[in-house]
Amino acid sequence: MDIILGIKLNDSVLIATSKAVTRGISVLKASDDKTRNLGDHSAMAFTGESGDTVQFAEYVQANLKLFSVRQNYELSPKAMASFVRKELATSIRSRKPFQVNVLIGGCDINKETPETSLYWIDYLGTNVELPYAAHGYAAFYALSLLDRHYKPDLNEEEGIKLLQLCNKELSTRMPIDFKGLRVKVINSQGVKEYDDLTAL
Amino acid sequence: MSGYDRALSIFSPDGHVFQVEYASEAVKRGTCSVGVKGKGCVVLGCERRSTLKLQDPRTTPSKICKIDDHVLLSFAGLNADSRILIDKARVEAQSHKLNLEDSVSIDYITRYIAGVQQKYTQSGGVRPFGLSTLIAGFDTNDTVPKLYQTEPSGVFSSWKANSIGKNSKTVREFLEKNYVENMTEEETITLAVKSLLEVVQTGAKNIEISVMTPTSIKRMTNEEIKVYVDKIEEEKKIEAEKKKPKSRQA
Repeated sequence: MDIILGIKLNDSVLIATSKAVTRGISVLKASDDKTRNLGDHSAMAFTGESGDTVQFAEYVQANLKLFSVRQNYELSPKAMASFVRKELATSIRSRKPFQVNVLIGGCDINKETPETSLYWIDYLGTNVELPYAAHGYAAFYALSLLDRHYKPDLNEEEGIKLLQLCNKELSTRMPIDFKGLRVKVINSQGVKEYDDLTAL
Repeated sequence: MSGYDRALSIFSPDGHVFQVEYASEAVKRGTCSVGVKGKGCVVLGCERRSTLKLQDPRTTPSKICKIDDHVLLSFAGLNADSRILIDKARVEAQSHKLNLEDSVSIDYITRYIAGVQQKYTQSGGVRPFGLSTLIAGFDTNDTVPKLYQTEPSGVFSSWKANSIGKNSKTVREFLEKNYVENMTEEETITLAVKSLLEVVQTGAKNIEISVMTPTSIKRMTNEEIKVYVDKIEEEKKIEAEKKKPKSRQA
């Protein structure tokens, strides 16, 4: 029941992830990071089978890093998303597939004007570019709010406000405490990390 | 023909493995590379083979390569062999980070590269890498510069300043004479450029310099190198002027 949310704004992307690690009826940790940076201008949030998630994320991270060192060129977020989708599509056709769903947020700085994008990819290998996205149960509560309040030209501050709205709704509706949201802001300057949404 | 230089895994009666010695010969014919440590910085420099008039310069790979964000490698010897060795090192660097979470230490990656080179002196059906490498960098959370050398035999060693390749002896002697401890970044670059100028004729155009600090890797542009070259040449001129009047007076 992890929460991962992504919102694309006018010149940045927000990625918010819950900080709780739960197993059965217990909360094991309250400071988890369910994201990995895939490059200087992109980050991936993940949920799914525990163990699979971090294994897959770090595998992808290492391969993209190797690519950028070899070619002296960092892939665009779109290319990264395509790579991740392909890895999951190959995986689901294997004997033991990764059960991982991800969101990838990034900023393509090689475009004439830096272009932000958000990709929703599930364990089946579905890849969609979206203005806002969520995985799991959180999607049921958050998407209706995002449908109502989202505008493509929101700035970072307004985006954070919208995330706080989602946080409030999720806190009241979700059956267990998810220990708050960690936020990553991705723009042409890079990836900024905030330990907690409420501190913003 | 003695035959002892045919198969790699065969000793000659007097204890030589000729193929390995031939590989060192290939290194001696390769263009020169230097490495110099300063205070909180390492500088790698090399002679650049000038591109032909009609050649696309982007396709000629540099002789100073990034292995990871904190490791640079420069080599002397067979360019083609370097591509294989460098790629092995890059894969190992990422694999190490994936498995152990920490980035490779400079010592570790040097041992690894030297290990690969050694393996190619003792396996069947292969030939040794015709390469010597200079490996420079900083360990994570450390500001102590590191500089290592590897050879085709698989031997590796640590240095304050060193050179490999063509005329490396001249350059090493120059470095031995002029090296001082705790040089600033500028002094370190100057020494590296000066030592290269001993053996490179055409000046700034054919020199390549990369400067590493604990937080950054900077590849110097031709213009930036030219500033150093001009300054060095200016100093040399003044030095020569000083000597002249004396001889005239006498």
